[in-house]
Amino acid sequence: MSEKYAIECRGISKRFGGKVLANDKVDLQLQYGEILSLLGENGSGKTTLMNMLSGIYRPDEGEIFVGGKEVFINSPVDAMDLGIGMIHQHFKLVDVFSAMDNIAIGTPGKRVAPAKLRTKIKEICERFGLEVDPDKKVYDMSVSEKQTVEILKVLYRGSDILILDEPTAVLTPQETRKLFAILKKMRDDGKAIIIITHKLNEVMEISDRVTVLRKGKSVATVETASTDELKLTELMVGHSVDLSIRRPETEKKEGVLKISGLCVDGSDGTRALTDVSFEVRGGEILGVAGVAGSGQKELCEAITGLMPFDTGSIVLEGTELKGKSPFEILNLGVSISFVPEDRLGMGLVSSMGITDNMLLRTYYKTPGYFIDRKPAKEMADKLIDKLKILTPGTETPVRLLSGGNVQKVLLGREIEAAPKVLITAYAVRGLDINSSYAIYDLLNEQKEKGVAVLNVGEDLDVLLGLCDRILVLCHGKITGIVDAKTTTKEQLGLMMTGAVKPAEDAANNAAKAGEEAAHV
Amino acid sequence: MSEKNTTHKEPFLRVSKRKELTPRQSFGLKMISLLLALIAGGIFLAVLGYNPFVIYGTIITGAFRSTLAVQGTVKIMIPLFISALGVTLAYKMQFWNIGAEGQIIMGAIFASYFGLFHDNWPRPLLLLVMFIAAMIGGGLWAILPAIFKNKWNTNETLFTLMLNYIALHIIAFLRDGPWRDPANPGFAKIATFTENATLPKLFGVHIGWVIALILFVLVYIYLKYTKHGYEITVIGGSKATANYAGMNVKKIVLRTIFLSGAICGIAGFSNAAGSDLTLATGVAGGVGFTAIIVAWLADLNPVGILIVSFLFAILDKGSSVIQSAYGLSTDCSDVLEGIILFFVIAGGFFVRYKFVMRKKKSPEATSEAPDMKGGEAA
Repeated sequence: MSEKYAIECRGISKRFGGKVLANDKVDLQLQYGEILSLLGENGSGKTTLMNMLSGIYRPDEGEIFVGGKEVFINSPVDAMDLGIGMIHQHFKLVDVFSAMDNIAIGTPGKRVAPAKLRTKIKEICERFGLEVDPDKKVYDMSVSEKQTVEILKVLYRGSDILILDEPTAVLTPQETRKLFAILKKMRDDGKAIIIITHKLNEVMEISDRVTVLRKGKSVATVETASTDELKLTELMVGHSVDLSIRRPETEKKEGVLKISGLCVDGSDGTRALTDVSFEVRGGEILGVAGVAGSGQKELCEAITGLMPFDTGSIVLEGTELKGKSPFEILNLGVSISFVPEDRLGMGLVSSMGITDNMLLRTYYKTPGYFIDRKPAKEMADKLIDKLKILTPGTETPVRLLSGGNVQKVLLGREIEAAPKVLITAYAVRGLDINSSYAIYDLLNEQKEKGVAVLNVGEDLDVLLGLCDRILVLCHGKITGIVDAKTTTKEQLGLMMTGAVKPAEDAANNAAKAGEEAAHV
Repeated sequence: MSEKNTTHKEPFLRVSKRKELTPRQSFGLKMISLLLALIAGGIFLAVLGYNPFVIYGTIITGAFRSTLAVQGTVKIMIPLFISALGVTLAYKMQFWNIGAEGQIIMGAIFASYFGLFHDNWPRPLLLLVMFIAAMIGGGLWAILPAIFKNKWNTNETLFTLMLNYIALHIIAFLRDGPWRDPANPGFAKIATFTENATLPKLFGVHIGWVIALILFVLVYIYLKYTKHGYEITVIGGSKATANYAGMNVKKIVLRTIFLSGAICGIAGFSNAAGSDLTLATGVAGGVGFTAIIVAWLADLNPVGILIVSFLFAILDKGSSVIQSAYGLSTDCSDVLEGIILFFVIAGGFFVRYKFVMRKKKSPEATSEAPDMKGGEAA
């Protein structure tokens, strides 16, 4: 019976540190010639399960069958021998090597002559519709090209089972479509494909069947054709949910944060932002969209003083921020709060408890030589109560908390500072659905209080649902500022890739239209 | 392709990450490591033909058998304890100061200048000046690599290490040249301090131990309850976070490293003016390196440092006794110390990881994979 499955998992369990059951008797079947979506919230055990298939972890219990035979995958080499290829979210490529060299290294067997290798690569490319220049260096490649090389690497090694870990997280909608076309071709070629994702529309588009994981258990496997997004969400979270995001109407206040002609050099010395001008008004959420690394980080850090700049100006309620240190900006009396992308590496100190983390931006304000922990402790207790933060105590190191709770600590502290401007970078990255909606509510609450919110995001559906206006960055330039209510995902995608650039007018018009719409 | 893999079996033993240990479990783990170290050391001694119980007994009694022995043990402990406190400040900030040895020496040199050439000053004033000079000497020797790190991002580990040797050779230079004792024409040495420049004794041991205890309290409070201590912890956690919090990271690094070196300098002062009563090339004598181990074994916790440096002092003192009592060479006691260190440090591995044994398969699973049966039974 099991002969026909490419992979079959029976009762796989994996425990971490005695208590955490990451996988609890998971069953999974994958056939040749199908695309199976593995759906689940963060922390539901998707990655753990896939890591066991690719030989990074070992299951504590259960059996894995590949092609009908029980196997023991003790290392990534074993997985490769079995024809299982994993494409990780963070690419494992050597930057200074060409595509071809990256494909050749790590492939067992004798050295292959470059000419022969090149023809073989071209052959595979043609078969599956991949576009790769074998001689292009990885550091010259876009994210989507790097991903193509990863896929090519796996195909070259003769894998007939592919596992892709959130492959679309870093792609624009157009690139995603291209990837899906490739995956479909591979499926039609008889390969077995698992795609890990939490984007429901993609599940519906690409997969034949869906296996849903919840809290480490495989709760259901359904035919994609016989389900819909709402049903899948309910399976994922275990109860019915309302997927719409609230967008309250508020009164806008001009002149809170005005940025004009801003040019910033990134930490590697290259220009990260060029001639960026926009305004964030009180009582609105301005979204920032763009492919990863388009200057979002530099924008946030320039405003908070972490990244100095020479050209342009940033004016906060009439005060020029240019040339001011983060310390001076913190002490302006007009508060800017910032929830950085790297929560534990920048926004918080991972080894400290909630109490000490509350002190981070205010500890120097109390007089005297000693630190005053009493108000911080009260604030910690208040936040735990108000935001329902799950923690054993106020002194438990925050690195032991789950992602959602860490973000609540960080965002909670920044909101407690009663900011005029709130900057958030990837506020819901890695959070489960419930935590995400809790964060959206907090952002809306700030907006209703008249705070100017600048929200850097990656999920275009969320940006379109939550924000009032969306600013699109491409290679450090603004390619448009649009009204979120009247824009589609496809339009955003085109602006993200700079595809509208030749027709400058179109972008300008879109930007103007957005401005006007927002002014009404 | 898949055929050849079916012969793979689950490994008998594998490494797996474990959940974070509580401080108490972590302490228990260290105690077990220590016990295992004593057993391994005992086997080593037994192979050499000694009764390990007798030898271990002698180490303990040797360290405490008389007032004089206890005083000796305390004397060994003082510089170790002080300099371990010093390097802890730097390590808390993830600044790898392994230059305690050099900082001790520079502290001793600076203090000795006043001790040798201003010994006509009143004793309390002279000692105070020597104390401050030692702090400045050690502090400057430490701040130098920090300045370079701030400006050009040099590697502080190599920089502080190399400064140790420079400091050591400065003493040799002073001894052979400018500071050579003219009253001692044969063997080159620096003159012995006059009584004015030596630390007074309390309960038979020079008051370095009082200084050490005061430092202990100060460092403990500094790290735990002051704004400076908070800043150090934040920088140790992440420099990006410190910047984000508006801290002037470079300034804080310089300040903390100066203090770290200054405390090590005090150890040098206490050794020169308390134990050696002169400036000898062996004024640090490796203490600066042992202090690094002490600080890490104690998890950079001042209370832990107090305990660990005491245990080290016992081992050191006791080893010298077995040397004289049983003719066991110095090298043997060094091997013993090495074994203990090895076990305790290797025990650190188990704070984060554990071994997992292959499990026996459940009966129905075995029946499904009959080829495994033989392998499991064997």
